[in-house]
Amino acid sequence: MQYAILCYHSEDVVCSWSKEEDDAVMAKLQVVQEPLVKAGKLGPIARLMPTTAATTLRKATDPPLVIDGPFAETKEQLLGFYIAEAQSLDEVLQIARDLGRANPGGSYEIRPIAYFQSKSGGG
Amino acid sequence: MDVGDIDRLLMAARPQAVAALLRNFRDLDTAEEAFQEACLRALKTWPGNGPPRDPAAWLIFVGRNVALDALRRKRREDVLPSEDLLSNLDDAEGEIVQHLDAAHYRDDILRLLFVCCDPVLPSNQQIALALRIVSGLSVKEIARAFLVGEAAMEQRITRAKRKIAESQVPFEAPGAVERAERLAAVATVIYLIFNEGYSASGGTAHVRASLCEEAIRLARLLLRLFPSEPEIMGLTALLLLQHARQAARLDTSGAIVVLEDQDRSLWNAAMIAEGLTLIDKAMRHRRPGVYQVQAAIAALHAQAKRPEDTDWAQIDRLYEALERLQPSPVVTLNRAVAVGKTQGPAAALAMIEPLAAQLSGYFYFHGVKGAFLMQLGRDAEARVAFDQAITRANTAAEASHIRAQIDRLIKDSERGGIATARS
Repeated sequence: MQYAILCYHSEDVVCSWSKEEDDAVMAKLQVVQEPLVKAGKLGPIARLMPTTAATTLRKATDPPLVIDGPFAETKEQLLGFYIAEAQSLDEVLQIARDLGRANPGGSYEIRPIAYFQSKSGGG
Repeated sequence: MDVGDIDRLLMAARPQAVAALLRNFRDLDTAEEAFQEACLRALKTWPGNGPPRDPAAWLIFVGRNVALDALRRKRREDVLPSEDLLSNLDDAEGEIVQHLDAAHYRDDILRLLFVCCDPVLPSNQQIALALRIVSGLSVKEIARAFLVGEAAMEQRITRAKRKIAESQVPFEAPGAVERAERLAAVATVIYLIFNEGYSASGGTAHVRASLCEEAIRLARLLLRLFPSEPEIMGLTALLLLQHARQAARLDTSGAIVVLEDQDRSLWNAAMIAEGLTLIDKAMRHRRPGVYQVQAAIAALHAQAKRPEDTDWAQIDRLYEALERLQPSPVVTLNRAVAVGKTQGPAAALAMIEPLAAQLSGYFYFHGVKGAFLMQLGRDAEARVAFDQAITRANTAAEASHIRAQIDRLIKDSERGGIATARS
């Protein structure tokens, strides 16, 4: 089963990390990610720009409406995501726990993937 | 949850919480003290229980109760409490904070920012007050950034607060025109905070960089409150694109490295990408403004892989647009640099000569003029211009940059001299 691990955190907090703090978190994450990526269990991995860089297309109307900013105002923002391959919820939770130890604070929403098409198609 | 993260949550919640407390108590000192006390309680309870879902709402709720308790105590001590204080108090008590709507917050924060940007204050007081009240920097930190003593900074902030208390900013929700005016004033102060950090007029490189980062944080905050304002997108983009070059701007000895000589691999690619995204978003609105144009100019520099790839013709056109939006001799001076690249130093020199009277006290004018003269081989006049620049340098780094130019002049003339002797 494939899962999306959606990373929510306060972007105020994450954006106020100094470059050194940011680099340190990234290095710690790298240690957790690398064996998982090698084993084909993790990836793609994406980090998103702050919500101020977001644009929302509301497509309930015709023509659709282009709105500046994220879809929803929330206390914690969607700041990135992982795609993980796991046999069970327990296994993906373990991956998420390991990632969380390297990057504490905020929450991961673990959501099974119903359909996934990579760039090359299929898979 | 570690203390560093709690500190960041408190810092992030600060503008919203102090702004709401200011609306309730209509007094900066009361709002600040209430927030401080709420933070102390947060530091006691959050590490054990974890932070609340809405840290700002929690801090407002606790801060308000703390301030009300203090006022009640004061009411008992005071023989004759003032009538309007009491009615304010009851209003505040009647309100429940659980559900605070976003629109309310937005005007609260804008008001708080605007209070600090009150036009009755000189700009150095505006900046100091915004850093103290909105950003929560300590007086010591602000003093260090401005290279003044702590006592002097304390005095500057106290004076600013006193003036604000007298000037009475209205607490009703502002109308559209007033909101736009406040937004423009606030954007200016954020820009000034950034410039204070960027222009290297005081403090260590580290302190200055943190001012730039604070300005970016405030710009992002403002943009989240007003997500479809193209000028706020432009401002945020401008700050990001300028700050992206921070690591390349000074060499190891602290001397300025001019744009052309900077190691572009040191530029922060993520900041540049974010800045470019914001410009893209802003352009869609087709409402150009000074920040958007300046950001577009910074973007052209950021996109050039090598100095010779810079699209100077487009930069010239953008400065022309900026001259129309905000006519100023400094803008023309900047445009002349682009003209120097596209049409040569003679055209550029002709462009800045009429500015001499207005910009005679300006370091950069004499530096640019000297550079044009040097390119034209008018070394003696170039030397005069560089000498004038040095006496007007604001920092050691600026002075040493000009001294390097003079050294080049001297070296060139020596080489020229030897060549002449040989021939």
